[in-house]
Amino acid sequence: MMLLSCPWCGPRDENEFACAGTTHIVRPGPEVSDAEWGRYLFFRANPKGVHRERWRHVYGCGQWFNVARDTVTHQVLAVYRMTEPPPAVPGEGP
Amino acid sequence: MKYSALALLRGALSGPDSWSPAWRSPEPKPEYEVIVIGAGGHGLATAYYLARNHGIRNVAVLERGWLGGGNTGRNTTIVRSNYLFPESARLYEFSLRLYESLTRELNFNIMLSQRGLILLAHSRHDLDAMSRWANAMRMNGIDAELLSRDEVAAAAPLLNLSPEARFPILGGFTQRRAGTARHDAVAWGYARAADALGVDILQNCEVRGFTRDAHGGVTGVETSRGPIRAGRIGIAAAGHSSVLARLAGFSLPVTSYALQAMVTEPTKPALDTVVLSPGTGAYVSQSDKGEMVLGASLDLFPSYAQRGSFALTQGILASTLAIFPSFSRLRLMRQWAGIVDVVHDSSPIIGPTPVPNLFINCGWGTGGFKGIPVGGWTLAHVLATGRSHELAEPFQLERFYTGRLIDEAAAAGIAH
Repeated sequence: MMLLSCPWCGPRDENEFACAGTTHIVRPGPEVSDAEWGRYLFFRANPKGVHRERWRHVYGCGQWFNVARDTVTHQVLAVYRMTEPPPAVPGEGP
Repeated sequence: MKYSALALLRGALSGPDSWSPAWRSPEPKPEYEVIVIGAGGHGLATAYYLARNHGIRNVAVLERGWLGGGNTGRNTTIVRSNYLFPESARLYEFSLRLYESLTRELNFNIMLSQRGLILLAHSRHDLDAMSRWANAMRMNGIDAELLSRDEVAAAAPLLNLSPEARFPILGGFTQRRAGTARHDAVAWGYARAADALGVDILQNCEVRGFTRDAHGGVTGVETSRGPIRAGRIGIAAAGHSSVLARLAGFSLPVTSYALQAMVTEPTKPALDTVVLSPGTGAYVSQSDKGEMVLGASLDLFPSYAQRGSFALTQGILASTLAIFPSFSRLRLMRQWAGIVDVVHDSSPIIGPTPVPNLFINCGWGTGGFKGIPVGGWTLAHVLATGRSHELAEPFQLERFYTGRLIDEAAAAGIAH
């Protein structure tokens, strides 16, 4: 069981939260090619290691926030609000 | 050595030393015509069909760990072809038909048991959706039969059939040709048959990079056992597909998740069919050893850890006990997870990659075991001929750009 720290409510069990996948994805404009749009919609780095993702405290305050987490150890490396700049974390590849 | 009753008798008389290893453990050659990355079911089947269907025997299967130690050894061993769209129906039905003749084909008992699969309807809406589903299957030429509540009760009397149940059982449908197969035997059977045709299976051989020519095409791999050259390379690495794609310089529409399963202690025969309750998520069968095999849901956050979270374990057990209350007396023996490659439309990707001479078979997500024969057959075809197999044509990477998705998650209402 992971322990996630909601920036508003503090540490809570994993089953109070829902993960919504990779964060910091910027939506391209409507003028882009089909290939570019496909990449935006579907293609992900899916790293084995540090992954930056968005979570929502569904069964709590309902707020969204960002998490940097290791996908092998499940260690949470950073938790930060949606509007905060992403903090550096150890072990993140290029 | 051909396995037979006579060989068994001879072995029994002459002692265990008379058996030869089922496959060799050769040293890597400097070059192969084709390299397949991943010695799970899909990779081994690919090598076997390369040799058997296309006469390409100068093949190596590279495996980071041990043969069949990934998802092939971690799934709940269920085979079926109850899909909704014609493209999927053709693909999975071809796979089930290959499974039906696989024991004889490989001279290795894969212990296929076509005990049927029952899907439970818990509401009026489930009943409607399942009639549509079963009818779509029949339109595609695949066996499907709607079941009344009493027919379900007769087939699996331990179900909670009370009208007061939290998830009352109103009926369902069955594919009688669905069932289970011994998962390890599928890997071992393909490995042994491929080895007999000259394929080298290289275990403990991790791919760490690709070598490229001036046009960007792959010319070989860097491995933990040294560089190996190859004309063409196929990837069959399930949850680790993105890691290999990254080494080759492209990305995939894949997210890796941990898919859980667990078994109880063995018990007397109590369930002679597979039961799936899409409404609760319970997915139950009894193994030949007597264990209740409980699958399987995803931990819905990206993971490369081959273990599931306890939060979801509790959920799976609650679902299972909701439909089989008497199983509450059984103790859980083992729980584990495999890393599965989930794509947005829950359909596989079998074909070329953006990198010349590099091909991939991935995206089976939570349903890769049943696809092993057809996954190997179609990846071998594209590796040998350079053209996608007719069955695999709809299942190309391009569909994520064109939008022509084959959304079985939405169509059939279950992830796989």
